[in-house]
Amino acid sequence: MNYTFIALVENKPGVLNRVASLFRRRNFNIESLAVGRTEKPDISRMTVVVDCPNGDMDAHKIEANLYKLVNVIDVQDVTHQPSVTRDLALIKVMVGPDKRAEVNSLAEIFRARIVDVAADSLIVEITGTEDKIEGMIELLRPLGIVEMVRTGQVSMTRGVTDGVRRMPGVNGNRFEDLSEMAEMAP
Amino acid sequence: MKKTGAEILWECVVREGVEVVFGYPGGANMPIYDAMLSYPIHHVLVRHEQGAAHMADGYARASGKVGMALATSGPGATNLITGIATAMMDSVPVVFVTGQVAAHLIGGDAFQEVDVTGITLPITKHNYLITRADEIAEVVREAFYIARSGRPGPVLIDICKNAQVEQAEFKYPADVKLPGYQPVDHAPKDSLEHAVKLIEKSQRPIILCGHGVLMSNAEEALINFAIKTQTPVASTLLGLGAFPASHELSLGMMGMHGEVHTNMAIQNSDLILAFGMRFDDRVTGTLKTYAPHAKKIHVEIDPSEVHKNVAVDVPLVGNLKTVLTDLIPMVDEYDHEEWKKQINEWKAEGDSRSIMNWDPDGKLHVAHLVADIWKATGGNAIVTTDVGQHQMWTAQYYALDRPNRWLTSGGAGTMGFGLPSAIGAWFANKEEEVWAVAGDGGFQMTAAELTTAVQENANVKVAIMNNSFLGMVRQWQEFFFEKRYSAVNMLSPNFVKLAEAHNVPARLVTKLEEVDEAIAWARSIKGPTVIEFRVEQEEAVYPMVPAGAALDQMIQRPLKS
Ligand SMILES: Cc1ncc(C[n+]2csc(CCOP(=O)(O)OP(=O)(O)O)c2C)c(N)n1
Ligand SMILES: [Mg+2]
Repeated sequence: MNYTFIALVENKPGVLNRVASLFRRRNFNIESLAVGRTEKPDISRMTVVVDCPNGDMDAHKIEANLYKLVNVIDVQDVTHQPSVTRDLALIKVMVGPDKRAEVNSLAEIFRARIVDVAADSLIVEITGTEDKIEGMIELLRPLGIVEMVRTGQVSMTRGVTDGVRRMPGVNGNRFEDLSEMAEMAP
Repeated sequence: MKKTGAEILWECVVREGVEVVFGYPGGANMPIYDAMLSYPIHHVLVRHEQGAAHMADGYARASGKVGMALATSGPGATNLITGIATAMMDSVPVVFVTGQVAAHLIGGDAFQEVDVTGITLPITKHNYLITRADEIAEVVREAFYIARSGRPGPVLIDICKNAQVEQAEFKYPADVKLPGYQPVDHAPKDSLEHAVKLIEKSQRPIILCGHGVLMSNAEEALINFAIKTQTPVASTLLGLGAFPASHELSLGMMGMHGEVHTNMAIQNSDLILAFGMRFDDRVTGTLKTYAPHAKKIHVEIDPSEVHKNVAVDVPLVGNLKTVLTDLIPMVDEYDHEEWKKQINEWKAEGDSRSIMNWDPDGKLHVAHLVADIWKATGGNAIVTTDVGQHQMWTAQYYALDRPNRWLTSGGAGTMGFGLPSAIGAWFANKEEEVWAVAGDGGFQMTAAELTTAVQENANVKVAIMNNSFLGMVRQWQEFFFEKRYSAVNMLSPNFVKLAEAHNVPARLVTKLEEVDEAIAWARSIKGPTVIEFRVEQEEAVYPMVPAGAALDQMIQRPLKS
């Protein structure tokens, strides 16, 4: 099952490499990784989606290992939290004037936008959850997708509730979740 | 005040209390070497950078302080790699400083440019690339702090040549600001209470004492805890010395070449108290049948070790010394007479097979030689080893009552560690007697450091246990590959002549009668010595838990006919 983590990291050169290298070294598969700036100039935010075949046990390992990186400030697991999740895709479709209307109506259904029109191609921009984007891609595929780019998933929890923090005590995290850490044992 | 980057480096290093550094100069760190002359630093010039890394590591293990090693860019830095990995695997605090090509040349494959921070990313606790002089003070301060705090480990600083020569305003940072690095100290109260409940219920508890006990200076707390609860203490290879071997609660070493009764006790225990150890595969045997009846309490500073190999019932994440100090007043006194009696019965069985109960057969056995060195030194020497059979025999028979006197490459199992780490340890304790026990194979990997020992007049006693084999590999081939010996037959140089060519006094011992006298001779000389012992060639280390077997499925020493 895919788990989603939000990591706040120091905005320094090489941090992305450290995180990516850690996942490789500890043998975890990254499904998606998105990095960007935050409201604080010295902090970047990563949303990492990782395959966790052993469920919470893997999630524990990932969090604990992320904290071993000196530049990682905070890690939350938002997999089971109500959150807003978005991915953005630009999809270039090979269609001439005859099929533009068809693409347009598809785009409308998905609340996507056509952001570039050329003589025999156009670019569709779509924002949404993985599922929604996959759905749109499936429908566009028969028309001839020639190029596609996706930003990777970004997530934010709803309201004021944070995700789960499993590393009690680390970087000032409170202790409450420690019993959960014990219960995780298979 | 303005200073060059190289001067700022030394200003900070001196403030960290560093007195000795091990290293090797080259183009990319010449400004650092030049500036060093103006500071109260003793520099040890090694013969290979791997030696510098192991010396700094040995210094750190023996002194409890942070070790430091220097190398130039490119090949100088890559020669450190084995030593950095060795320190990483055993959580030893060492700061490595490498020179790097000038910042504007980086990425251009300049002469002796190697991506050192890239290469060392997975084998350092943290690393830095410095491109400007004004970064140096803060980074050096952080590097030493990170190396020694939390779970200790090596930190590497790669400094571009321009940053070494450029000037910057020097101000020693008052403190370190690391928002993402705040190791845990205390474990939470409710978890401690949970642990106490398990301790109350236990009839057959056992403490597994690891390197963390030494790293957090928790030896006294461990003794107090063990005595109060009358819990027997088994040790990992790296935990040896943390709990006095002569104490009645000491069970000695556990694991692949651990004592029979120790492994039996673990397998039959109903509560494991794992203190600063990480359930490495060399101490657990197969995990499927590991300590099947035991609840497990794991006191560990690194949360990523919790549940990593063995799922535990109560993780106590925190500094071991703090956690034990918090725990001791919470636990009751116990006697566990039954349990101790049971363990002693297993012990008696194991002892009957011990090589120590053999009558002399005229041959030299490493186990006996280690015991002889132990007797001569009163068990008080600092002992380093290389890796192989002699390492296991030394672990088994150089019984230690005091901490930080046992230096061996555990996690990495790095051959070549013995001699250089002994030199490093000597710098930590110049009044102490230091012995390096090495195999004929491993000794040849770093033998060039003999000259370093001479240049520094380092008082280290090398005992080469020459079995003319890569003995540990030979043993595996004997046990698990039908005695098909492949690439283990090792021709060695004349070790006595080799030593003498380095101006090191040396002796060859081939007969039992010569042993005590040779050891006394070595001890009487101030400065490095070498003794080559021609030992029994096809001896095996017992007991042995084959890789992948259960911890109590030990191959035992055959009874002597
Ligand atoms: C650098 C390195 N290379 C290879 C090995 C694998 N290895 C482990 S023990 C051993 C044999 C060591 O032989 P020797 O130094 O003669 O010691 P002995 O086992 O005979 O006491 C070898 C080759 C290792 N641990 N380290
Ligand atoms: Mg050998």
